Amino acid sequence: MKLLKTLAASTALAIGLGAAAAQAETVRIGLVVKALGIGFFEAANQGAQDAAKELGDVEVIYTGPTSTTAEGQIEVINSLIAQRVDAIAISANDTDALVPALKRAMDRGITVISWDSGVAPEGRSVHLNPSSNALIGNMCVKMAADVLPDGKGDVAILSATPTATNQNIWIEEMKKVLPNYPGVNLVTTVYGDDLADKSYRETLGLLKSHPEVKAIIAPTSVGIVAAAQAVADEGKIGEVMVTGLGLPSEMAGHVQSGASKSFAIWNPIDLGYSATMIAYNLATGKATAEPGGTIPMGRMGDLTLDENLDGAMADPFVYDASNVEEFAKIF
Amino acid sequence: MMAKALKNRDLLLGLVLIALVLAIAARFPGYITPTNLEGIFTDTSILIILALGQMLVILTRCIDLSVASNLALTGMIVAMVNAGAPDLPLAALVLLSALIGLGLGSINGVLVWTLGIPPIVVTLGTLAVYRGVIFVVSDGEWVNAHEMSEVFLNTPRILFLGLPILAWVAILFVLIVAVFLRWTRTGRAFLAVGGNPTAAVYAGLDVGRTQFLAFSISGLLSGICGYLWVSRYAVAYVDVARGFELEVVAACVIGGVSIAGGIGTVTGVVLGALFLGAVKNALPVIGISPFWQLAISGTVIIVAVVINARQEKTAGKLILRDSHRTH
Repeated sequence: MKLLKTLAASTALAIGLGAAAAQAETVRIGLVVKALGIGFFEAANQGAQDAAKELGDVEVIYTGPTSTTAEGQIEVINSLIAQRVDAIAISANDTDALVPALKRAMDRGITVISWDSGVAPEGRSVHLNPSSNALIGNMCVKMAADVLPDGKGDVAILSATPTATNQNIWIEEMKKVLPNYPGVNLVTTVYGDDLADKSYRETLGLLKSHPEVKAIIAPTSVGIVAAAQAVADEGKIGEVMVTGLGLPSEMAGHVQSGASKSFAIWNPIDLGYSATMIAYNLATGKATAEPGGTIPMGRMGDLTLDENLDGAMADPFVYDASNVEEFAKIF
Repeated sequence: MMAKALKNRDLLLGLVLIALVLAIAARFPGYITPTNLEGIFTDTSILIILALGQMLVILTRCIDLSVASNLALTGMIVAMVNAGAPDLPLAALVLLSALIGLGLGSINGVLVWTLGIPPIVVTLGTLAVYRGVIFVVSDGEWVNAHEMSEVFLNTPRILFLGLPILAWVAILFVLIVAVFLRWTRTGRAFLAVGGNPTAAVYAGLDVGRTQFLAFSISGLLSGICGYLWVSRYAVAYVDVARGFELEVVAACVIGGVSIAGGIGTVTGVVLGALFLGAVKNALPVIGISPFWQLAISGTVIIVAVVINARQEKTAGKLILRDSHRTH
């Protein structure tokens, strides 16, 4: 199976090379998003255009369906195949449903990668994750350590439900890196179930039962907002800092109020930029997709691939008072 | 003396509530400080207001499962209006929330009254419909703290005589509903219609109209709670208050409101809501595994209901044949 996949990938690459050579001048990359008109993807397009400018001989075709459906994306893929683009970089609405259409694209020599939201391995060569669980866990603890006075103090985690897989993985990763931050003392984890009112109440309870807590890490966008509001309502701004994962548009008010100094999430501009760089390098044969290999991503460094040809772009991007307003307009 | 006191359901529930608070305080002393108790009351205000509306509905032998969806939809709309037109005075927004809530509630009322569809079916339907409409009007987008105006967010938090406005609003509604049920002709009709619809019809009361009124009031209160909720948590999104309707019904049942209609007191409902509020606010501080928390709050509710609902009404003798409900 694996051999087949590698074979398919390399054949695709070989044909891709041929196609690129035939056209010689511009490499055309179709950047397919989940749906048009979403701030996050508009920002990714901005990054893709930056990459195109930097590379010079690249044209990025930004496209996608009008609603987030796999059917709509299949139509878009078919039209890109008809236009004989050199590469397709897609954020998929469905892991499996797009595979046949993308396989057809690869059969025609088009380089296919997925980014942000992945396609099953047989439908693409490389998948670009915005970040990795380990990087996310580390960043959460680092942001908390940064707001603690002298990097020392008690920290608590506000999660979603006790059974949420991604949350538990991130919390696990946070615990793994704790030895690197000797000042950070993780006292408890509470669960707000991704409900605004329960998260709020849990935060109030936390402030009462652990009055010495100086930072709250909420790796959930509902939780981080509720925690910031609870801290503000308790008059603990400045004493207790809220950090974690959230969206700039949702957190802008709380950064302004001072309840949160910084938080993180992927940067869509960097993501679009990196996806374009990877698609370009694969389509032109400047890099090959192989397990354990690396692909250059311009200013974002190199992407290291694992055995499934997945790779993580970078640390989550940190937002604070200096940039949150700007990104709040985007997503 | 003691035996007599135990027969008074409200008094009994009050004692159980005090016992619960003391038991929690034994494990976490900070729980019983005046500030914390005030906090619990404020936190429970929205539940109290919704439970009052729900009680009126249940009294007339109906049930309103759409309250949380109504709250969420109204909250989303006023938040969006506030974000779009920050200069609009707060009074206008509160009025708007009341009107939207009233409209949504009377849709339930009309369906139950004129079409005679069972209330549980009607409100299960509107529960889903209203929730779906939120997605349509908001496009799935959130309205966030920084998009809402200061006045919109902070008015319910203003302290007046030591309590935030939010708590005073709840107290105000408690008084209004208490007076309404006890001393107005329409208020008495709620008890009569639920207690014995047949007799109510013979007494010249319109059962359907009373039920319509109950749904409308419940909707009105849900609408106002929509604003209160959104300003309290400073965010409006599709999933706001999902599942909260069950808590509202639970508050009524714990408070001794008979699901069969006709029996219920304002005091009981307030105590029932406070009981739930006390449990919800205790769970985060007493340090119990989150997996146990749900089981514990469920058990506590059942125990409270068992204690409080043992004494069911001694059914009156039916001397007249059940009349067909007039529409």
